[in-house]
Amino acid sequence: MVEFKMPSLGADMKAGTLIEWRVGEGDYVEKGDVIAEVETEKGAIEIEVFEEGQVTKLISKPGESLPVGTVMAVIGSGVDSEAEAISKRDRETVVAADGVKTEHKGNGYKTAETEDIPKRRVRSSPLARRLAEEYGIDISEVQGSGPNQAVQKADVERVYRERMKEREEAKKEADKDREEEKYAEKAAPAGQQVDEKKDSMRHAIAAAMSRSNREIPHYYLQKQINFERAQQWLIEENKRRSVQDRLLQPVLLVKAVAQALTDVPALNGFWINDRYQPGESIHIGFAISLRTGGLVIPAIHDADLKSIDEIMQSMKDLSDRARTGKLRSSELTDATITITNLGDRGVDLVHGVIYPPQLALVGFGRVEERPWAENGMLGIKPILTTTLAADHRATDGRQGAQFLEKLNQYLQEVELL
Amino acid sequence: MNESEIRQVVVGIFSKIAPEIDYDEIDAEEDLRDEIDIDSMDFLNFIVALNEKIGIDIPEKDYGKLVSLNDILEYVKANAPAKPV
Amino acid sequence: MEAKVKTTSTTYRGAVRQAIRQALLDDERVFIMGEDVGMYGGCFAVTKGLIDEFGPDRVRDTPLSESSFVGAGIGAALTGMRPIVEIMTVNFSMLALDQILNTAATLLHMSGGQFNVPLVIRTTSGGGKQLAAQHSHALEGWYAHIPGIKVLSPATMEDAYGMLKPALEDPDPVFIFENSLLYNSTGELLSHPESVDIDKAKIRREGRDITIITYSISLLKSLEAAKELAKEGIEVEVIDLRTLRPLDDDTYLQSIAKTHRALIVDEGWRSGSISSEIATRIMENAFYELDWPVQRICREEVPIPYAKHLEEAALPQTKQIIEKVKEMVNAHG
Repeated sequence: MVEFKMPSLGADMKAGTLIEWRVGEGDYVEKGDVIAEVETEKGAIEIEVFEEGQVTKLISKPGESLPVGTVMAVIGSGVDSEAEAISKRDRETVVAADGVKTEHKGNGYKTAETEDIPKRRVRSSPLARRLAEEYGIDISEVQGSGPNQAVQKADVERVYRERMKEREEAKKEADKDREEEKYAEKAAPAGQQVDEKKDSMRHAIAAAMSRSNREIPHYYLQKQINFERAQQWLIEENKRRSVQDRLLQPVLLVKAVAQALTDVPALNGFWINDRYQPGESIHIGFAISLRTGGLVIPAIHDADLKSIDEIMQSMKDLSDRARTGKLRSSELTDATITITNLGDRGVDLVHGVIYPPQLALVGFGRVEERPWAENGMLGIKPILTTTLAADHRATDGRQGAQFLEKLNQYLQEVELL
Repeated sequence: MNESEIRQVVVGIFSKIAPEIDYDEIDAEEDLRDEIDIDSMDFLNFIVALNEKIGIDIPEKDYGKLVSLNDILEYVKANAPAKPV
Repeated sequence: MEAKVKTTSTTYRGAVRQAIRQALLDDERVFIMGEDVGMYGGCFAVTKGLIDEFGPDRVRDTPLSESSFVGAGIGAALTGMRPIVEIMTVNFSMLALDQILNTAATLLHMSGGQFNVPLVIRTTSGGGKQLAAQHSHALEGWYAHIPGIKVLSPATMEDAYGMLKPALEDPDPVFIFENSLLYNSTGELLSHPESVDIDKAKIRREGRDITIITYSISLLKSLEAAKELAKEGIEVEVIDLRTLRPLDDDTYLQSIAKTHRALIVDEGWRSGSISSEIATRIMENAFYELDWPVQRICREEVPIPYAKHLEEAALPQTKQIIEKVKEMVNAHG
């Protein structure tokens, strides 16, 4: 049995509002299925499930604002995973039987080898466990106050009260926002309404970027890349292609970054709990600004394994859905690095702010004709200014420089990408 | 296709990409990308949609000719196939 | 309403005597026999004066032979009498164990339902009087192990009086345990006292924080502890089991569903005891109501010492109950 919880779609998400369930009780779900649609600061997001099994209970109701971590549904294990669950339970029992020797005297609750008990085994009174289940609270998240930190009824009730309060406050805030919106609607002439979503997205970006600036010691490297060959290749390629299949320049950038990361994996991943955690795959977050203001950074999954055309498809699809508000939860949480391409907007170069807990951000400016000296010859070449903002806790300038050099090499041989 | 039909199609496509714009209000002589704030992906989507609607195949080398709304309308008028697909 | 109910002040001993006298008056099949119950008036003076009123046929002194007079009681019961057999103390009941366990408790079964044994055995039980290891047993729980008999444990005036009649009316053997320390306790009894229900446990004090399950003299200690604890805002619910066999599970299980904590106070030894039985039933039936492991206060597992301070240390005491309750209740903050 697995609890399906309100996911965190970014370090700064506190709550989401359930818009609708996409499954019913009794439905069978597989990993990657969309289970619900949730309204967040980043718009309406389709939430995927990462377990397989039968939906046994839908706890949350559409319209409810739910703090991150709230148990929304219960999914029973699939046939295959059931055996696994049983064997896991058996393992735990064995540990409990071996590791916990209860003293006969005293309150009978003391254990001789407390340290041997694995962390995942939560001490709790049976009543606390029952109540936690009823309230939809994960008992491992409750701080126990009983003997040997056992979780008791009072502890579960305390957490429940806190959750209810949070929920109520979130609701009050939402009501207040609605109220303000109504007021703004009345006050402002049509077409200039205050956009609640835009406002909360601003909040989310503000929180993430403040954290980044506060916590991440950035270092910046910059490289001029001769984009002549890449540009030529793209022009030739697009000449051959039908309108529908044409490529855009950012596709090459995404692919080249993904390839360069395979050579310098130190920049691909996260900094969590004061440690570098490598990204298991290369998922490139691609910043897409929204017409309504703000931006989202959906991930192009496994960009190093995708062909140029597949990346183009992903980008089209993501930018489409980003704008209609139909991104999926995994797309918002999986990115292991971010690319921001402001060349479109006429910018020469970008000094990026890393999206925590990622390790780096690659910025691309505009491709511009510049005087370029090569092999003793001066010429005019299209030049792309590339910057890297990286987390100095995780990497040093050497790795950053290696990455930019690799990126340059790949962009000189785009036909091989 | 007459001018007003072309305008209707072109503005119709842009209205999907940038729905909040009043196309009667923008300066039809200015750079459309600035006027309605679109990026290269939006523009590519426009080119694709235009191709699907009226069968016109605009090569990439001609993108530079399509700066303002009026540029686009004129280009389409001059290059559109005789009959809509 | 209370003003209308007339009560008289009495001792536990007086209440038991009154019940025996009433039984002798009500039913001529009833007689009492035991060591020194007649001329001497009973070792604990419970039957004092009864021989004068009812004569030596109905208040019979017996030889010092528990096995023979319990056996005689069984015979009398089988042949239509309603005997009350007094065994001076539970310590001596060992000598009659064969009659109790192998005959009285099994005869209905062995005779294929033909012969029931409407016998009442009264005895005293418990330590606390410096009578040392051989004369301080509390074996109520031990007898409650035996199918075929009922085990009663009156702790209050109303039960001391009211349990005898239903015991005599019961078609099967009933064992009544009177704690000898209770005989001098005083209390109010109705001027016209009545029989009580011997199938149900009773809540003697209501509370929301913890349930104490107890019986006999430990009830008085538990009530005393509850009174003290109430001063500190801890509300203890005290349940008097009253009947140890068959146990009334519903009463304590319902109480635990309210308080979520259970402490059993039992003057018997801990191992294989009535307290272990109750703890087990709580686990079986109310596991998901428990917010704290079930706890027990029992007598120390030693032969009861003669020395006063050692004897006190070996038996459950009010102070111990107070401390244990605080440990169990305070931690939930």
